[in-house]
Amino acid sequence: MPIFNMDFETMPREALKAIQLSRLKTTLERVYATVPFYRENFKKAGISPSDIKTLGDLERLPFTTKQDLRDNYPYGMFAVPMENVIRIHASSGTTGSPTVVGYTRRDIETWSELMARCLAAGGATSQDIVHNSYGYGLFTGGLGVHYGAERLGASVIPVSGGNTKRQIIIMKDFKPTILTGTPSYILHLAEVAEEMGILFKDLSFKAGIFGAEPWSEAMRHEIESKLNLKAMDIYGLSEIMGPGVSIECIQAQNGLHIFEDHFIPEIIDPETGKVLDYGETGELVFTSITKEAFPIIRYRTRDITSLNPEPCICGRTHVRMKKVSGRTDDMLIIRGVNVFPSQIESVLMKNENILPHYQLVVDKAGNLDTLTVRVEVSDRIFSDEIKNLQIMEGQISNDIKEYLGVSAKVRLVEPRTIERSQGKAVRVIDNRKL
Amino acid sequence: MRAEQISIFLENKAGRLAEVTATLRDAKVNIRALSLADTTDFGILRLIVNDNQKAEKVLKDEGFTVGKTDVLAVEVEDNPGGLNRVLDPLTREGINVEYMYAFANPQSKNAIMIFRFDNIDKAIEILSRNTIKVIKGEDVYNL
Repeated sequence: MPIFNMDFETMPREALKAIQLSRLKTTLERVYATVPFYRENFKKAGISPSDIKTLGDLERLPFTTKQDLRDNYPYGMFAVPMENVIRIHASSGTTGSPTVVGYTRRDIETWSELMARCLAAGGATSQDIVHNSYGYGLFTGGLGVHYGAERLGASVIPVSGGNTKRQIIIMKDFKPTILTGTPSYILHLAEVAEEMGILFKDLSFKAGIFGAEPWSEAMRHEIESKLNLKAMDIYGLSEIMGPGVSIECIQAQNGLHIFEDHFIPEIIDPETGKVLDYGETGELVFTSITKEAFPIIRYRTRDITSLNPEPCICGRTHVRMKKVSGRTDDMLIIRGVNVFPSQIESVLMKNENILPHYQLVVDKAGNLDTLTVRVEVSDRIFSDEIKNLQIMEGQISNDIKEYLGVSAKVRLVEPRTIERSQGKAVRVIDNRKL
Repeated sequence: MRAEQISIFLENKAGRLAEVTATLRDAKVNIRALSLADTTDFGILRLIVNDNQKAEKVLKDEGFTVGKTDVLAVEVEDNPGGLNRVLDPLTREGINVEYMYAFANPQSKNAIMIFRFDNIDKAIEILSRNTIKVIKGEDVYNL
């Protein structure tokens, strides 16, 4: 499998570090000059870009959090004038502020190259046909893969999510060789194909690149055996760029190579903020060092993993992160959509003007994630008429779909049936097994 | 004219109804009439009892969600067309029945229907204009 950018992806680590330092310095000068948030934040920490003389000095800079991005909604974190921004994406919205990210022409080129690197690492070449079932739209998944596949010179089928039966007909007739999408949707595809009497082993796939939600080794084995292809994990988040921040190589399938010529990863102790050594498990933090429109400094991803700098059999020298094993906050990923309990709370508040006790229950029905919102019926929201309660259920469910982009079943329950631990309601029950 | 009905939210699970009635039994509250409306997930139990205040208190103490609604108790003649004599004038004037249920009047041959209307005041006016007997709340509780 050829490496897409041999010079950068196999660069000796010493040379890589030199590039990182020079790019980091440039980025810091730029954000200090153009983004008020960073200037203020650096000043508060008593540090200026010129104080950063080595990569080790990075840890002296303050972190950036999701809340900081929300506070600067929509364009406050942009480092270039809008005339230079050619694309806008947003994270799955909240009823408050989603996080909005922008890209210059060069950012889109960078992103396309990194996605091309990912596809190549996953076994794709310009000869391949890519069936892209990531959703197209504000979500970065669809367009990210799309531009990468085009950059690689592969043929891309922009099928997007949904319309599962049609997707299967396309797979049978168009003979795509590379499959992309969220792992839970891919397993759903496999199930529906089976119902239609179509076997994946009769299709033309050789590899798949799956991500946007955490998935386990067990799920990989299930996908690989059911779909008769090699399955690689891809990682990314819109705040950093979108998919294509890191990727497993098809040779090792053991850790995701982070493209360190564009991003500097750190692992920190989520409690103390202290930087941890290679091999230690903690929260992943990213600094972008080439982005123009939306540079980001020490962004706390809340994802838990560890870093491994050992050389890989594929020849890439870039550090590998372990598959993400969890989160340091209460974010749930449901069918690839990020959901915070606080977002559901906002929807409930909006509907009833009071906050009922509620609980999110996440299950797997077959291979699809399902979300049930249990709401305790208090005197305030109770009605003696069935239809009023059903209208309320429907309204909450519609609003969740509209604001969060995820389907949820609302289930009314009796008071005090939601478990309390130490007086606090247990907000989330995740019955999915990773 | 109005009678007070209490309603209780119940999840669809075995034994819940019996817990409500046991709570009322222990408080020596007598049930005059009841209806249960249900969906796949939950139901609403509606009750006419002889002591609303006590029933509401003991049920709330047990953690149930309890609501109170004004309904009308209407005497319906026990012969063909008896119900229509009540409904027809209401229908003519656009009054909608949200729900209703019946029980036998132990003191006469007639049935008593409990009605929940979308506009109770107008319903009372129409019924009295048509000389249809609406039973007072206290009389219903103490039948």
